[in-house]
Amino acid sequence: MTDTDIQFDKSGTLRHFLTVEGLPRDILISILDSAETFLGLGQREIKKVPLLQGKTVVNLFFEPSTRTRTTFEIAAKRLSADVITLETSRMSTTKGETILDTLNTLEAMHTDMFVIRDSFSGAAHLISTHVPAHVSIINAGDGRHAHPTQAMLDAFTIRRHKGDFSNLRVAIIGDILHSRVARSQIHALNILGVPEIRVIAPQTLLPNQIKRLGVHPYYDIEKGLDGVDVIIVLRLQLERMEGQLIPSDREYFRFYGLTPERLSGARPDALIMHPGPINRGLEIASSVADGEQSVILEQVTNGIAVRMAIMATLMGRQSPSPREAD
Amino acid sequence: MNTQNNILEALGKLKEHLMPFTDHRPIMIGIHSGGVWVAEKLHSQLNLKDPLGTIDISFYRDDFSRVGLNPTVRGTHLPTSIEDRHIILVDDVLHTGRTVRAALNELFAYGRPLSVTLAVLLERDGRELPIQADIAGIHMSLGSEHYVKLTGPEPLALTLLEP
Repeated sequence: MTDTDIQFDKSGTLRHFLTVEGLPRDILISILDSAETFLGLGQREIKKVPLLQGKTVVNLFFEPSTRTRTTFEIAAKRLSADVITLETSRMSTTKGETILDTLNTLEAMHTDMFVIRDSFSGAAHLISTHVPAHVSIINAGDGRHAHPTQAMLDAFTIRRHKGDFSNLRVAIIGDILHSRVARSQIHALNILGVPEIRVIAPQTLLPNQIKRLGVHPYYDIEKGLDGVDVIIVLRLQLERMEGQLIPSDREYFRFYGLTPERLSGARPDALIMHPGPINRGLEIASSVADGEQSVILEQVTNGIAVRMAIMATLMGRQSPSPREAD
Repeated sequence: MNTQNNILEALGKLKEHLMPFTDHRPIMIGIHSGGVWVAEKLHSQLNLKDPLGTIDISFYRDDFSRVGLNPTVRGTHLPTSIEDRHIILVDDVLHTGRTVRAALNELFAYGRPLSVTLAVLLERDGRELPIQADIAGIHMSLGSEHYVKLTGPEPLALTLLEP
């Protein structure tokens, strides 16, 4: 079964959120529209709404994370769910087994939703094939494969500033090779109708087959940034690099760092985005990260609203009760 | 069933009964969608000082786990703080009382009003909760198999849906 098929339940309603690849545009739009309403809750005296009252959400993070983990936790809490967050490491050699053992234990506590991050590509998919019918899975990042909620919050941030997607040029700069964020962003932006997506990176950090995803590769950052509306800078994932993919930090910044001079080649109202955490002076200059065009912190705030929208969408389906499941 | 005359008459009755309340500088809040249409009419006729508020109960519905998230949530917009203010809550049809229950919960997430008065264009039978209108334009007994729906905003019309 493909990721796309497994994401829907028998009645054709979205049950898991593992990847944006293959999802229809109307589902993505409806998530963005709901997120818009959830964003308003942040301004209220009482920021909680009772949509997930009585539901139990477990955040399972087998890989360290700060903003994704905390924004998922806040999102679930603002929906009135009971939330447990486990951040743990596990032995990489027994991946499949340990993850299912952990899961079974937590499932015995009548969990309704798992939010899963793992360094193993396909972890969330694997788990989704082993849970009872009333349980939903959200992928919070699996290896190099996908990070669909990040892609949705980025799309949401772009739409809030640019109105719609149909006339945009979006450039993604950096470590495309190791980036599940880039992969999910490319799928989401394609589905949402962005006409031109560019990826800018040294050849060593661009997968060979990247053109198949419908993007335009650039090895020259000045050319790649010319006239773009949105610039997404990726974090250089030094911890995932095996072997010498970049000559040195200084070299990388010299050729691919986003500096004020390079930014001037983009449209004057171009947005600067970054999924965080930022390596200042490595992939982006501090003055750009903190500059007027930067929406990096807004991405964090938007992440809460988008994750609330995704959780509410999955939990609001006509779910069988645990007793009648399967 | 209903002509626009019925609705005009009902709105006139609501206005007349709400007039004494205006001394308390009430904030009027309509419940999406039909309640907002009714509230818009009343708000302009009563010359209320504060702008009209609107309330969307989607996040407080008690049938969320059965019907899911409303795809067209319009959001709640209150013009000013409701803390220590008198509120006139407006809806189109009072039937089971569940919408009003949800609206009260939503309202209290924004603060503690001094009082809430419920005004509806039409009240019918079929209450499932201890909630009653303070003022109703039309009273109707329909039986559980019938539904009545307000369409609008221009013109406002009541339609009886046959089983």
